Amino acid sequence: MKYKIFTIFALFFILTVKSFALVSVDITRGNLDPLPTAISDFYLDSKLNDNIKKLQLESKIPELIKNNLSRSGLFFALEKKSFIQKPELAHNKPRFEDWAFIKAQVLVTGKISLEKENRLRVEFKLWDVVSANELSALAFYTAPDNWRRVSHMISDKIYERLTGEKGYFDTRIIYVAESGPKVDRKKRLAIMDQDGFGVKYLTLGNELVLTPRFNPTSQHVTYMSYFKNLPRVYLLNLETGIQDLVGDFPGMTFAPRFSPDGKKIIMSFAQEGNSDIYTMDIKTRIVEKITDHPSIDTSPSYSPDGSYIAFNSDRSGFQQIYTMKSDGSNVKRISFGEGLYGTPVWSPRGDLIAFTKLYRNKFYIGVMRSDGSGERLLTENYYQEAPSWAPNGRVLIFYRETASDSGGRGGGAKLWSIDLTGYNERLIPTPTDASDPSWSGLLSGK
Amino acid sequence: MLSNNLGKVALSLVVALFLGACATQQATTTTKSDDAYTGTETVKFLADGVPDRVFFATNKSELTSAATATLAKQATYLKANPTLNVVLEGHADERGTREYNLALGERRATAAKNFLISNGIAANRIKVISYGKEKPANPASNVLAWSQNRRAVTVKTN
Repeated sequence: MKYKIFTIFALFFILTVKSFALVSVDITRGNLDPLPTAISDFYLDSKLNDNIKKLQLESKIPELIKNNLSRSGLFFALEKKSFIQKPELAHNKPRFEDWAFIKAQVLVTGKISLEKENRLRVEFKLWDVVSANELSALAFYTAPDNWRRVSHMISDKIYERLTGEKGYFDTRIIYVAESGPKVDRKKRLAIMDQDGFGVKYLTLGNELVLTPRFNPTSQHVTYMSYFKNLPRVYLLNLETGIQDLVGDFPGMTFAPRFSPDGKKIIMSFAQEGNSDIYTMDIKTRIVEKITDHPSIDTSPSYSPDGSYIAFNSDRSGFQQIYTMKSDGSNVKRISFGEGLYGTPVWSPRGDLIAFTKLYRNKFYIGVMRSDGSGERLLTENYYQEAPSWAPNGRVLIFYRETASDSGGRGGGAKLWSIDLTGYNERLIPTPTDASDPSWSGLLSGK
Repeated sequence: MLSNNLGKVALSLVVALFLGACATQQATTTTKSDDAYTGTETVKFLADGVPDRVFFATNKSELTSAATATLAKQATYLKANPTLNVVLEGHADERGTREYNLALGERRATAAKNFLISNGIAANRIKVISYGKEKPANPASNVLAWSQNRRAVTVKTN
């Protein structure tokens, strides 16, 4: 299994204009007033050969950027047919009055030219229409069929320049693709771009697979499989396709997740009716027991600095969220609201823990601070769980199930995302039913 | 006159909502404490008069008196068939998080296994597997189906 997207390509900063921007986007509050943005078609160098021209990248790249920015809820993409200036002229020197006239506050332009045989140079510029300034300009060098990846990277640069925070568009989602009737559900590991494009199935569906999670530092995934009817945690290398059993446990291992440095897997091991939390060092294979309590301890998640672990336990009698130091000391209950709490996931920013809550037969996705204060419920539904953070800690992806009728028909599962503000809830399109999403880190790194 | 009528409608609505809330509250409390399924739908038999499964209350893994009665019959049957081995499959309903339900299924299956052991069945004849909420017996999304899905099922392996 080899993925094209790991192809290394050069990223050149051709200009870093540190001009003061009059426009900026506040992402800390629900954004009910998205930034009016004009994304011009790119200018296609006439010297390009017909095979490349056929790809229509001059409109496809801006279209993808537009989709990314619009879906973030922070930008309002203006209608292309209202644009007055031609792409080439706009890219070289925008006539800002024209863009201000259609109420654009920022403008994105670009140019696609040939670097060498079958290698493109894709340049974009971001303009502040209000102050009539260039905000940033970058060029990417890439094979033509890698244009989606470049569009995501450009989207991230625009997002970062205007919000002051890293983007999350050049990322992927691993999830469980579901099909078939509920009593005999077929589940396969699947991976796709963050916008739902390019779904690839990683397992055939011969055995039940659950809860895949990305290693934040490499192209590895940990997940649970019922291979040979032995429910165990596995490690999968996405580049080689090689799968490894994690540890040598005499019973079910489940609920795996990576440590933030990617070196350990933390998970639950169930034995004699008791689930405790263990870690295994991937290189040395050394196993450590972290919790030792007769209750159920599961769904562990490290803090981003690796010094704490949030987890789910029913030691109080019901499912609640606890934190402890990474050696298992200092166990502290942090959820005290009404209802049951599960699936704590520490934000990559470190400040918040996302969770699932069951209260009066409704399920909620919410966030609380790591000491349990400031609980905020973002979304309520019939059934939803398993939040996973975008790498910038601003958006959560989760899955939502609908009820089936008395004959067991009509139920289903889909992936959704929601902003930390509780606004901008979006369905992530998948070709089949889908559950257990996990968001990758930024593929292009820092 | 109109506003007066509206006032009455509003008032009765409030009352209805209040009563509704009370009723829901009561129902929730009763179902939570003891809502283990006691019927015979979905039940299969290991042999004549030996049901293959026991049911649990929401979030619970304690054996009910009906469950211990069933497991006692299973123990008698397994004693009479000493070469027979079984796997106990633990399950949860769909109204819980996946990972917690895996643990809960394991705890339920183990409770049933331990009862069989304490009734004279050798531990090495019994394996345990949890499916959490992955394999419902009844795929409907209602209280009856959920009660039928909170179960530990004894399955012959040879």
